[in-house]
Amino acid sequence: MSTTTVTDEFEPEAVDSYESELLASARTGKKFSWGKAVAWLVMGVILLITLFPFYWILRTALSTNPSLIANPTQFTPPDASLDSFRRVFGTQTGEAALAAGGSGQKIDFWKYLLNSVVVATLVTAGQVFFSAMAAYAFSRLKWKGRDFFYGLFLAGLMVPLIFTFLPNFVLIKQLGLLDNLLGIALPTMMMSPFAVFFLRQFFSNIPMELEEAALLDGSSKIRNFFTLILPMSSAPIATLGILTYIGAWNDYFWPLMVSYTDTSRVLTVGLAIFRSQTPQTGPDWAGLMAATLVAALPMLVLFALFAKRIVNSIGFSGIK
Amino acid sequence: MASTLTPPVPTRRPKDDTALALAFILPALLGFVAFLLWPTLRGIYLSFTSYNLLTPPKWVGLANYQRMFVDPIFWNAVKVTLEYVIINIALQTVVALLIAVLMDRLTKSTLVRGLVLTPYLVSNVVVAMVFLWILDAQLGIGNQFLAWLGVDPIGFFTEEKWVIPTIALVNVWRHMGYTALLIFAGLQTIPQTAYEAAKVDGASEWKTFWRITLPLLRPILALVLIMTVIGSFQVFDTVAVTTAGGPVNSSRVLQHYIYTMAFGRFQFGYASALSVALLVLLMVITVIQYRLTRAGETDLN
Repeated sequence: MSTTTVTDEFEPEAVDSYESELLASARTGKKFSWGKAVAWLVMGVILLITLFPFYWILRTALSTNPSLIANPTQFTPPDASLDSFRRVFGTQTGEAALAAGGSGQKIDFWKYLLNSVVVATLVTAGQVFFSAMAAYAFSRLKWKGRDFFYGLFLAGLMVPLIFTFLPNFVLIKQLGLLDNLLGIALPTMMMSPFAVFFLRQFFSNIPMELEEAALLDGSSKIRNFFTLILPMSSAPIATLGILTYIGAWNDYFWPLMVSYTDTSRVLTVGLAIFRSQTPQTGPDWAGLMAATLVAALPMLVLFALFAKRIVNSIGFSGIK
Repeated sequence: MASTLTPPVPTRRPKDDTALALAFILPALLGFVAFLLWPTLRGIYLSFTSYNLLTPPKWVGLANYQRMFVDPIFWNAVKVTLEYVIINIALQTVVALLIAVLMDRLTKSTLVRGLVLTPYLVSNVVVAMVFLWILDAQLGIGNQFLAWLGVDPIGFFTEEKWVIPTIALVNVWRHMGYTALLIFAGLQTIPQTAYEAAKVDGASEWKTFWRITLPLLRPILALVLIMTVIGSFQVFDTVAVTTAGGPVNSSRVLQHYIYTMAFGRFQFGYASALSVALLVLLMVITVIQYRLTRAGETDLN
């Protein structure tokens, strides 16, 4: 790529800082720029690549298997039907499912959905609350072992979670929690080094005077934690909570190790099981995509509700 | 900062909060010790044993490591994992950088940033399922598109030479938006005066990118790389769902080999030794990255 070919496409004014550019275009109705047009085109292609698969899940889920074979490229669902969702939620009889191209094995995504909700809620509530308690001790209390313990927790950031999976599996087995939702949640519901680290930063920034004033008014430090520190940090706590929830919901490796039966299978594991059961020749694509949609939708809805908070949380403020 | 002066304060506490602090960190500490510290030590211990979950671990010294050194599937797994990481990181970083710069220059709207981030919010399993369908050899829209272009259908998940690049690309799709937002955040730290200076010099957009943006972005780019490389090494979900390591070990990444060893063959001792190898590999690569990036830190000051 030579420099000149590209420079020709951009007009010098494109180098303008964003703000002044925006102002200029708002005031004068800036003239058309080829560089900008190409840039927008590239951005459009990127957005298309990003979003197309989501549409394709929906389109396929709303189709029937024979029609998918007949019209593999039709943009809208060929032969629109909700049959595949009946298969996924187990409300279709075995024979009907077989006839529609399913495996005929009973599968019930309501159960998986419920399991995912329980696990993600346990992990999020526990991890955020216990990490907040620890963060309070590390930021607002004066005590001897503070630096030592905080350093220890920080060192935990460096151990990849993967490394702890096998020994944790052995431990969960010894605790008798295999194939149990608590067994899936337990290793991450007590703390995460990142959560402690993240919250400590925010707690440290709350002025000491506020807490001292409350103490003078007869409050205790324990009460301060609940009535002052937690409410004042509700924004970062909410952000952390949402991110933790999404992470717990999407987790696959660990739940896969711990679950054996439908009693403890979460959505990710259930989806993979559904995939492994589908007929090898002529997979039940409509059913698989319906199941995929069911697994993805809750997070997409959550994202739609909290997009701004999630998008703005990504950066280095929490990591530096 | 305990106040002990005022009468209405019911608690008579000493200046030191040790007892209270220990109570506050107790649940987290318990979780830390039980599920992070102890497993780490236990994992290292188990790597020196022979253990099948049914009988107690038996000390075997370095036997697992000796076996590892002559295990062709292990070395293949290292090779496959490295191949995956290189393709994944190289593409992902370039694409993410492009998206970040485009967003920085074109629009700062939350909507665009949100849309770009969407793939990151669904699980790896969901992503794997979608691309399994899109890239299906017979009916997948991807291959239909290739046919339209006049290209023969490609067995993206069934041909040995294609599986790793395919899985790497699938994960680029999931992570490019997230990485772009990290880089975008970094771009916001570059002062506008730097760009204005370049403009005064009459530099083109292209030159400005290479002379101003990239050098000033370097420290953050380094941090992003360290994070994404560590994440990339831990690939498992996509492989497990799409190819299960096949065909013939061509996508058997380290994580998947560890999983197969532990849960397919119940050789927990050997699987633990493989985990230690992965941990060491990760540490070495992280240290190398730190060294390399620190060397380039004083680029433009």
